[in-house]
Amino acid sequence: MSDSTVSTNGDYVNFYQYKGKHTGILGWLLSVDHKRIGLLYLGSMVTFFLVGMTLGFFMRLELWNPGQDIMGPQTYNALFTLHGIIMIFLVIIPGIPAGFGNFFLPIQIGAEDVSFPRLNLFSWYLYTIGGLLAVASLFLSGGPIDTGWTFYAPYSLRTGTEVIMPLMAAFILGFSSILTGVNFVTTVHRLRAPGMTFFKLPLFIWALYSTAWIQIIGTPIIGITILLVVVERLFGVGLFDPAMGGDPILFQHLFWIYSHPAVYIMILPAMGVVSEIIPTFARKTIFGYGAIAVSSIAIAFVGTLVWGHHMFTSGMSDESRWVYSFLTFIVALPSGVKIFNWVATMYKGSIKAETPFLYVMAFIFLFSIGGLTGLVLGSLATDVHLHDTYFVVAHFHYVMFGGTIFIFFAALHYWFPKMFGKMYNTKIANIALAIMVVGFNMLYFTFFILGYLGMPRRYYDYLPEFQGMHQFATVGSWVMIAGILLMFINLFLGLKNGKKSGNNPWGGMTLEWTVPSPPPLLNFKKIPTVKYGPYEYEHYDEVTNNVN
Amino acid sequence: MSHTDTNDGKIAHAHDPRYGINIMIWITLLSLTVITIAVAGIDLGNYTLLVAMFIAAIKSAFVINYFMHIKFEDLLFKLFLVGVILVLLVVFVLTGFDVFLR
Repeated sequence: MSDSTVSTNGDYVNFYQYKGKHTGILGWLLSVDHKRIGLLYLGSMVTFFLVGMTLGFFMRLELWNPGQDIMGPQTYNALFTLHGIIMIFLVIIPGIPAGFGNFFLPIQIGAEDVSFPRLNLFSWYLYTIGGLLAVASLFLSGGPIDTGWTFYAPYSLRTGTEVIMPLMAAFILGFSSILTGVNFVTTVHRLRAPGMTFFKLPLFIWALYSTAWIQIIGTPIIGITILLVVVERLFGVGLFDPAMGGDPILFQHLFWIYSHPAVYIMILPAMGVVSEIIPTFARKTIFGYGAIAVSSIAIAFVGTLVWGHHMFTSGMSDESRWVYSFLTFIVALPSGVKIFNWVATMYKGSIKAETPFLYVMAFIFLFSIGGLTGLVLGSLATDVHLHDTYFVVAHFHYVMFGGTIFIFFAALHYWFPKMFGKMYNTKIANIALAIMVVGFNMLYFTFFILGYLGMPRRYYDYLPEFQGMHQFATVGSWVMIAGILLMFINLFLGLKNGKKSGNNPWGGMTLEWTVPSPPPLLNFKKIPTVKYGPYEYEHYDEVTNNVN
Repeated sequence: MSHTDTNDGKIAHAHDPRYGINIMIWITLLSLTVITIAVAGIDLGNYTLLVAMFIAAIKSAFVINYFMHIKFEDLLFKLFLVGVILVLLVVFVLTGFDVFLR
């Protein structure tokens, strides 16, 4: 074990420097090291994020004036579909688990790697193949898919655009997700360091563990549903098409049985990151460790049962509607537990308002708006009026973008020094965040008002009275994109020219902060023995002086 | 939980493959498939779905226990399986609220 971490002259060798069987690009493409695979995922996701963001930018440009500006309705339909597919399936769902989870799960539990390293690399290949298929489908004869990312039947059965290839892309991406889930569950059960009981796991691991179970249980359902759509398109079986005796609402059930829990695949890992960052920067034990850990499991479980709230206006039975509405309100409870515990953790803490912490503050503000407007949509009476309006678009961008993506950025800033051993310019990072928050609210809060006034989603045209607000939102999108680009440029410059960060620049207590930055190939010279919980700051010196 | 038990492969599955039993189960599964198709041709009214699901459940039990090795695994894996089946049942019931009451 120690052979790989120390060179022949006794110097420590990090995982970038380690020379394995392959070097250069093959050293990355054939590596089974969880850290390299995590970085491969992160690189892929940032690339896809920039593509998705560019599509969103052009959608907003089209909406500058009523009527046609820079594209026709068919192109606009294709653009919002691809924006959704890329952002959901290629960025947010794999986002934090596959990227940061791969890099940090083994280190945080005191393991050398995940349980199945080769399967881990295979998952990344599946992810890449799925992504490439989705992009390739744009250039096939039928033209880019225009169904929206939800692929609702019967339209997805009848449209002349290329549907089968993007569906197969989503199918393959699903396999990647399942395999990552299997790997994480097994790793958490079997590779924890001596002394690390379940209730001494960092809360990021609890979140990844809960997420992994949803990935394993939920993803096969969307896989089967996708295959049924393909079979129906190819052979006209009549499963979902009402013209052939099928039931289109059954498609919605099957789609949302996975895709609502997928919302929790997206947000739970982000909540885990928040639970890491707040104690580190408040220098205080997290308030209600057990409650936060168990609330992750509760969210994962109850979140599996609430899919019908996407279908209140679909024509399903009245009994279903109130049952799903009731269950939806229940899921707010464990989410509330987390928010209140985070805030309570900060109470009387010695807060250091560094960049990752500021991102978390932005998250709590934006996610709370997203969560509370979710209650408006979870109520039957109000949802009927707001369904399929910009209000819904605003709600899920506050939750998914203001929630998951902001925490993806927070994680990037929090673990950047550990992953690369260098530090970015924190002042510019804070300015970029401020610009992003202003642009974000200009863009998406306006959507709430537009939706309330009746602006339907997915329309490339609108009534003249909405023009002022559309233009204000579009200017907001420019401000937000400027902030995002500034953030990435700052991180890139930090990667290139940043100062050395040291092993524990933030004063964290979880195990990744006890190993060198960047970590060695197998993470630890000697597998640590865990004596204390992950946030017991009264033992800070003892834990962090025991540097591997 | 310790590192040694997974890294050195000592706990690798060592049970007898028992090809004979596997082939018997395979033949049983094929027979049940034939029965499913045959029953589909008989008009059982409201019981059609019930009978099909019952046969499918028997087939699943064979596949899960033998081909997926659950019969030979630790209690933990069996508990996970029970949990997953319960989730599946809840999903069926919730969907039923719509399908049967629409």
